[in-house]
Amino acid sequence: MADGDGEKMNRTYELMFIVRPDMIEEEQDKLISTLETAVTSSGGNVKSVEKMGKRRLAYTVRRFHDGIYVLLTVEGGGGLIHELERRLRVTEPVIKFITVRIDEEQKRLDKIKAIRDARRKTPPAPPATPAPPAEAGGETPAVTA
Amino acid sequence: MAEEIRAAAHGSSVGDRPSGGDRPSGGDRSSGPDRGERRPPRASGPGAREGGRKYFRRKKVCKFCVEKIEAINYKDVRLLAQFVAESGKIVPRRLTGVCTPHQRRLSSAIKQARNIALLPFAGRAS
Repeated sequence: MADGDGEKMNRTYELMFIVRPDMIEEEQDKLISTLETAVTSSGGNVKSVEKMGKRRLAYTVRRFHDGIYVLLTVEGGGGLIHELERRLRVTEPVIKFITVRIDEEQKRLDKIKAIRDARRKTPPAPPATPAPPAEAGGETPAVTA
Repeated sequence: MAEEIRAAAHGSSVGDRPSGGDRPSGGDRSSGPDRGERRPPRASGPGAREGGRKYFRRKKVCKFCVEKIEAINYKDVRLLAQFVAESGKIVPRRLTGVCTPHQRRLSSAIKQARNIALLPFAGRAS
């Protein structure tokens, strides 16, 4: 795992977890920084951290009706996610988490955007076609007569 | 197109409808008790797919194709909630008019949102 750069490093994951609502800001930051340290120590890097605030849960989780949502975007290999999830499972205030891999989806979106931008640059093709046949039709009767 | 409709009307009574290639699942499932329920609605129009055999039902278009929404994220609950019934069930695409690839992505996004408690699994059981 020494030179993990190359194939293993370009996976991007989105990790969303819910923390119990009675957790104070300070402890949340502590938890987030612990996770960030774990990420960087295993060779990944944190792209962004977003605290989505307190939300009402759609169903009761561990007898809580609200929760504080946190979204963490990381880049790294699969082993990194395994480690992060293990930590989250052990951490008491975290009541739910989900990890989604987003680099493949991002590739697809970028491809579509590239196609759309390329298409926008070549619109003049269709309007040019009706003009020449009309001219050709006008010229031939003169020749035959 | 008119012939197809007439043929479909006759064909449905026989059982093996001359499907225009895009309704194999309907043909397979019409067996036994389902048949009696299915046929009357189909003959009158509702339940017809977009662009296929339509009676008087207006063409339903895929919302995602029209608005060119490419990314269906599990995080935008408001978008996903439009395709979820009051009971929490995912609405079938013959009712919403969504096209197949978008319905598949929508479905997995809804399931992800359910897992992270953004949408309920079953709410106000109807």
